[in-house]
Amino acid sequence: MSTKDMMPNFDLFQPSDMENAFDLLEQYGADAWPLAGGQDSLDWFKDRIKRPVAVIDLAGIPGMSGINEIADGIEIGALTTLTEIAESPLIQDSYGLLAEAASRVASPQIRNIGTLGGNVCQDVRCWYYRSGLDCYRAGGNTCYADTPEGLNREHCLFEADRCVAVTPSDTAPALVALAATMVIQNSAGSREVAAEDFFIGPDVDIERVTVLEPGDILTSIKIPSTWAGASYYFEKVADRETWDFALVNVAAVLRFSGETIEDLRVVCGGVQCTPRRLNGVEDIVRGSTRDEETINLAAGAAARGATTLNYNQFKIPLMENLVKRAIRDS
Amino acid sequence: MRPHNQSRRSFIKGIIASGAVVSTGGLMFVSGCSENTTMPAAGSVERLISLNINGTIRRVDVLPNETLSMTLRNKLGLTGTKIGCDRGECGACSVLIDGVPNNSCSMLSHRVTGKDITTIEGIASPAGNLHPVQQAMIEELAPQCGFCTPGQVISSVALLNNNPNPTREEARQALAGNLCRCGAYDHYLNAVLRAAEEIA
Repeated sequence: MSTKDMMPNFDLFQPSDMENAFDLLEQYGADAWPLAGGQDSLDWFKDRIKRPVAVIDLAGIPGMSGINEIADGIEIGALTTLTEIAESPLIQDSYGLLAEAASRVASPQIRNIGTLGGNVCQDVRCWYYRSGLDCYRAGGNTCYADTPEGLNREHCLFEADRCVAVTPSDTAPALVALAATMVIQNSAGSREVAAEDFFIGPDVDIERVTVLEPGDILTSIKIPSTWAGASYYFEKVADRETWDFALVNVAAVLRFSGETIEDLRVVCGGVQCTPRRLNGVEDIVRGSTRDEETINLAAGAAARGATTLNYNQFKIPLMENLVKRAIRDS
Repeated sequence: MRPHNQSRRSFIKGIIASGAVVSTGGLMFVSGCSENTTMPAAGSVERLISLNINGTIRRVDVLPNETLSMTLRNKLGLTGTKIGCDRGECGACSVLIDGVPNNSCSMLSHRVTGKDITTIEGIASPAGNLHPVQQAMIEELAPQCGFCTPGQVISSVALLNNNPNPTREEARQALAGNLCRCGAYDHYLNAVLRAAEEIA
């Protein structure tokens, strides 16, 4: 359904400071659309599924991009591009997991303009939803994917609640694994939310994927030094090696004390609406030596509790093997 | 005035009028369904902007909802930039923005004021000598249908500007955002490596 004519009309604003951006967000309310890199947004507009009245381009606001060292860790501006993150020596050296996840997003052209903030805030990729059908997530009262003949090979294994779409982000699991904090601002002030709580499932709100409310802007992401320099593993499995979204991805950080895995965090994307932290795997592995038995126990626990749809059973062994590799090869 | 003259004048007027209709039709196509009859909101962007394209400042009337690929092709006549998918999936519309490859179909034109834009038309020297990448692509028989070639050239030039001596794998990564439905990927990679030798 690719069209090559113009997007529908909208007014474009390019505020040069946060005050102005918040004023515009307030003025237009639900009709406002904050724009970061635009790589998800413009597709929505072109397909005429989302039709904002006012698009607010955040790129001109100073201080929204860049990577800075702070007292405990680093702070990354939400508009920092994925290429900048993947190529940053600071991130490569201390938070290699995030550099690797960012380098696996989409294609070089998209990483050159796509931002970290946009990558974590992007909407789900369910094609029924994206083609404008009146599904639950679009405010309707049915799900087209979770039906006997629905094409749901890419959909979720866990925590389905009417909607079965999954998180498409590669950087989100890495940020959850690194225990990042999201800094959110609105006209009333600023608040910080743990990455783990930033993403919300359909049980909390079926029409959003993050805690961001109208009027909120994700301004930066803080990564504490807790996992700086730790062993890590990232792998993304997709149908194509480039551009494509993950069928399943895994992001893990591990800290060793001698032969023992002292602590770890393991997170999978592409298996539920939010990045899924594998607490069961972590509990099994924590305090064990990295041997065949531990690795197999971890893999066995990875997909525990999964509920498959008609066409996504393959995600269970995929997830198990990715977790196995994460523990074995980090 | 004789009736004969009168009718000739109205004939000519008629020609001009129909010409005007044709050109309006062209503009209608450019602005598509947007029917820009409403006034833009206070504080929103100006339509008349300057873009620095291939070293020349071009003044152009751009709608707020217009992508750079549309502006280049339909307003500025730079049709070397191709629109394949118009969704940022294929890379045929790649241009350099401050030296960095970007999909011009997924970039609002208002985003790139004040930046240096290089399209495929700006890759060869002003005298018309092909860039080593373009020459190498001819010699390696890289293009088949040629539709993706402008984008492949843009990504290759950007790679060689940053890394004049890439490995085949580095070239593969750099060109990963450019889809070639003829499947001539290996020929393009051969050309990138040949061009690197040429430049060295």
